[in-house]
Amino acid sequence: MKCNRMVDVGRRQFLRGGFVGAAGAAASAVLPAEAARARGLARVAYPSTRLANIRDLKVNEPMDIAYPDADSPGVLLKLGRPVEGGVGPDGDIVAFSVLCPHKGWLLSYSAGDRTLNCPGHHSRFDCEAGGQQIWGHATQNLPQFLLRVDDKGDIHAEGVDELIYGRLSNVLEA
Amino acid sequence: MAYKRQIDRLPIIPADAQEFNVTCHYCIVGCGYKAYTWPINRQGGTAPDENKFGEDLSRQQYQDAEAWYAPSMYNIVRQNGRDVHLVVKPDVNCVVNSGLGSVRGARMAENRPSRVTGTQLQRIGDPLVWRNGTWQPTSWDDALDLVARVTARVITEGSEDDLVVSMFDHGGSAGGYENTWGTGKLYFGAMKVKNARIHNRPAYNSEVHSSRDMGVDELNYAYEDYQLTDTIFIVGANPMETQTNLFLNHMVKGLQNGARMVVVDPRRTLTVASAEQFAGKENVLHLAINEGTDLALLNALFTHIADQGWVDREFIEKSTFRDGVAVRQDAAHPASLGSFEHALEAVRMSVEEAAGICSVPAADIVKAAEWIAKPHDDGSRRKCVTAYEKGVIWGNDNYRTVGALVNIALATGNIGREGGGCCRLGGHQEGYFRPSDAHVGRPAEYVDQFLIRGLGAVHHIWACDHYKTTLNASEFKRVHKRRADMVKDAIDAAAGRSREEVVDAIMGAIRMGGLFVVDVDIIHSQIGQNAHVILPACEANEMNLTSMNGERRLRLSERYMDPWGNSRPDCLIAAGIARHMERVLREMGHGEYADRFKGFDWQTEEDAFMDGYHQANPEVTYERLRAMGNNGVQEPVVGFENGRLVGTTRLYTDGRFTRHGREDGKALFCAGAWRGWQAPGKAREKASHRFWINNVRANIFWQNQFLDQKNEFVQDRYPHPFVEMHPDDMVELGINPGDLVEIVNENGVTQGMAYPMPTLKRNTVAMVFGSPAGSQGNVVNPGVNELVLPDYKHTWGNIRKIADATPETRAISFKSHEVAL
Ligand code: FES
Repeated sequence: MKCNRMVDVGRRQFLRGGFVGAAGAAASAVLPAEAARARGLARVAYPSTRLANIRDLKVNEPMDIAYPDADSPGVLLKLGRPVEGGVGPDGDIVAFSVLCPHKGWLLSYSAGDRTLNCPGHHSRFDCEAGGQQIWGHATQNLPQFLLRVDDKGDIHAEGVDELIYGRLSNVLEA
Repeated sequence: MAYKRQIDRLPIIPADAQEFNVTCHYCIVGCGYKAYTWPINRQGGTAPDENKFGEDLSRQQYQDAEAWYAPSMYNIVRQNGRDVHLVVKPDVNCVVNSGLGSVRGARMAENRPSRVTGTQLQRIGDPLVWRNGTWQPTSWDDALDLVARVTARVITEGSEDDLVVSMFDHGGSAGGYENTWGTGKLYFGAMKVKNARIHNRPAYNSEVHSSRDMGVDELNYAYEDYQLTDTIFIVGANPMETQTNLFLNHMVKGLQNGARMVVVDPRRTLTVASAEQFAGKENVLHLAINEGTDLALLNALFTHIADQGWVDREFIEKSTFRDGVAVRQDAAHPASLGSFEHALEAVRMSVEEAAGICSVPAADIVKAAEWIAKPHDDGSRRKCVTAYEKGVIWGNDNYRTVGALVNIALATGNIGREGGGCCRLGGHQEGYFRPSDAHVGRPAEYVDQFLIRGLGAVHHIWACDHYKTTLNASEFKRVHKRRADMVKDAIDAAAGRSREEVVDAIMGAIRMGGLFVVDVDIIHSQIGQNAHVILPACEANEMNLTSMNGERRLRLSERYMDPWGNSRPDCLIAAGIARHMERVLREMGHGEYADRFKGFDWQTEEDAFMDGYHQANPEVTYERLRAMGNNGVQEPVVGFENGRLVGTTRLYTDGRFTRHGREDGKALFCAGAWRGWQAPGKAREKASHRFWINNVRANIFWQNQFLDQKNEFVQDRYPHPFVEMHPDDMVELGINPGDLVEIVNENGVTQGMAYPMPTLKRNTVAMVFGSPAGSQGNVVNPGVNELVLPDYKHTWGNIRKIADATPETRAISFKSHEVAL
C-alpha cells in the first residue's frame, strides 16, 4: 500500500523536524494564541483546529494531519463503520497521533487491517479500537484526537487523550 | 474502550533532581533505567538550563529522544518520609538496552505504591495475623513471635523435615544476593531444611542439570555475542516477547550485521515474524516441530553435523573428555555423560527419522545444520550462538534435551568464544548466594506432592504462589486449603486465649493433619489466602538490591523510595525470624539449637550483602558497584583496578570447563537418546484429548503480572487470561472472539478468553502461563522428569464455551500481533 512508503518519507523528514511542511499539507492549521496559557493549568487548553471536511475523506484512505500544532503529526481516517471515538454521520471518523509512544518512530497505516504499525520495534495499534496497542512496547495506547464535526461538515480536533510522544505538555509551552 | 490516562502534561525534571541507578527488576535482561526524584513543590522548566537534560522542552523532541518520558514513567512516592516526584526512564548509556524501554520496565514508576496517586494499593503494609476469623494487622514482634513459636515447636517435637519452605532462588523481583542469602542462611545455614522448593517448580533443583553436569554454566556468553555471530539458534524461546530488549538491541543488530536465525518452536512466534522483518524471510528458518520432539531434532542435527565433519576437532581433543563414559546413567543422571564418540553412538538419529517424528521437512533439518555448523567457503569456522528457555526447560525430557543442545555447541567449538555461547535466556535475573544445598539431595523431594500426601507441618512461603505456578494445581489447592483451614478453625476456636494456648491449639490441628502457613510477599497472594501469618516484604528500589542479568552483568539497583508501609526487605525479615527463633528456642531450653540462629544482627540489606556475597567476593562492595553504574560488571569479578571492578566478558575462554566440578576441566557430552514422551501420563493424555494446551508468555505482563492485576493499562488489554486458538477451531466449536471458555481434562479445569490466532496450528491452544485469573497449572498432570523438573508445556484438554464475550472482552482488539509494514 502506497501510504506505507509515504510515511517512510515522512519519517525521514520527521527526524530532522519540519514534518508537516511536506507531508502534512492538509494541516495548515492556525496555531492559536491560547497555547501559551497551558502553563499552570491542570489540563492544558487545546486549540480547536480544522483538519478537513468530510467530503475530503475516502473510506480507508489515510489523510496526513497535524494537531495540536504543526510538529505533531497525525492521521485522519474514515473507516466505513462506526468505531470507538468515531464522529460524523457514520460515527466512523477518527484521528490519531502517528508518533509511536514507544520511541517516537513514525507509524505507517496498514489499510488491510486498519492498524498503525511501527517500523522501529514492531508495535502496532488498532484504529478501530481507540488506538489500543495490539502488541508492542509502548506503555500507553495511541493518543487519539478528540473530533467534532460542524454543520458544514468541517472536522475539528479539540483535544488529545494521552501524552503525545516527544512533548511533556501536549500543547507546547514556552 | 481503549484505556487512556487523560494525562496531557507531566512535571519537568529539574536540573538538580536526584539521580539513581536502576536495573529493571522484572525480567532477566535487566535493562538500565535512571530514577529521578525531586521535592513535591517544584518542577523544572522548559529552558535548557531549567531541566535535567539541558534540552529546550518547549519544542517537539524527535525520535529516540532522551528527554521524553511517558505518564507510566511518572509517580509520586515517599522518600525519607516525604512525598516526592519520581520519574523512572530508560538509560541511554546502559549497554544492555541503549535507552530502549520495555512495556514492563517503562511502567516501573506507575507500578510503585503511592498514597497520592493511588497506584498499587494492593501492596501489604503491615504484618497480618489470622485472628477472629480474618487477617488482623499487627506489629512485627507479634507476628514473628507466632511464626517462631510454632516453627520451633514443630522442628523440636518433630524435625526440620517437617518445615516446608517455598522460596525464590533468583534475582531482580524478590530475590537478589541480599535476599537469597538472608533466606539461605536461615534455612540452609541455621537449619538444614530439605523439603524446599523454588518459586516456579515443585522441588529445589536446577532447571539445567545436564548443562552443569557437562561442565557448562548456563549463562556463559555476553549479549554482544549476538552481534558477532553468523547464526542465532533459538530453541523453545521467544525473546521478542520475553527478553525484548535483548532481542531488539542485540539479536536484531546481529541480524542487521548479516547473521541468520534458526528458530525451533511448534508455534510461529513473534520472534520468527519480527526476525523476518529485520533480516528478510530468506535468512530466518522456522522449524515448526511437533510439540515435545525437540530431542529428536537436536540429535539428528548433532548426528548430521558430526557425519559431515563440521565439528571442531581441535576443541574436542583439547577441551572435552576423550575416554568413553565419565558418568553412568543412574537415578541422579537421566543419561550417561562422556566423550563425543560415546554420545554420538548413543544418540544417533538420521535426518529422515527426525523429519518423521518432528513433522518438518528433512531438507529444513539439513539447512539448519548447515546454518549452524557448515564451515564458510574459505574453510573458516561458522560461529553460532545457541539460546533456549522454557520450551526446552519445561518441555519433554529436560535433561537429555538441554544436553543435546550443549552437545551441538561443544562439538562445533561454540562455547567460550566470541560469537558463540549456549545459554538459557532466563526468566528473572539471577542473584543466588546461599550455603550449600547438598543436603537437599538429588533427585530432590517433590515438595508439592509431599504436601498433598499430608506431610509437613509448617509451610514458609517466600514470594511464591503455587496457586499460579505449580502443576497438578487443582489438587494442590484443594489439599493446601483444607489443611490450612484446619489450623484456621483451631485458631478461631482458641480466640481470646493466651499465646501459649493458641500455639497449643495450632499444634493440635497440625497433629490432625493441619498445616501452619506463613506467607512473605508484597501483596496478598492467592496462596496467601491460606496463610495464618502474612509478612510484608518490599521490592527492589524500596531497598538496595544486587542481581546479575543473562550475561552475568552485576548491578546495584539503588533504593530511591521508602518501603511501603511497614514492609521490610526479605533478608531483614529472615533475620527477624532467626532472632525470634533464637529467643524462643532458648526459652524452651534448647540453648545449643538456639545458638545456631546467631549471626543475623543485620540492620540493613547492605549488612546482609556484606555477610554473604561479599565474603566470597571480597572485591565487591556497594560503593564500588554504585560507581560502576548501570553497566555494572560481568561476573565473576576477578579484580579491582584503577577504581573499577574487573569482570569476565564470557566464560571458558581458556577452554577449561568447570561447572561440574571436575578437576580435569574437560567438558562432557550427553548420551541422551530420543525416547518419546518421558514424563508419566503424557502419551495417554495426548491420545484422549483434542487440543494441545501450550502455555506461553506475553510481553505486556510477563514477570510482573502480580502487579499488573491492578494496572488498568494491562487489564484493559487482557481483561481475562488469553486462550489463543485457530479461528477455524473457534468456528467449529461456535466460539467467538472474547467468549469465555473452559479448558477441561482429568487434572482439572481452567478458564480464559478466546483469542483468534491464525498463525497457530489447528487443534493447539496457546494459553498464558501463571495468570492470577486462570491458572494453566490446573490442567497440567503431575508428571515430572527424573529430577523433578515439571513438564508444564505438555497438556492436552478439551474446550468448552462457558459464556458470551463480556462488554470488556468485546471491546478489545483481536487483530494479529504480527506487524504489518
Ligand atoms: S518506536 Fe515504535 S515500537 Fe519502538
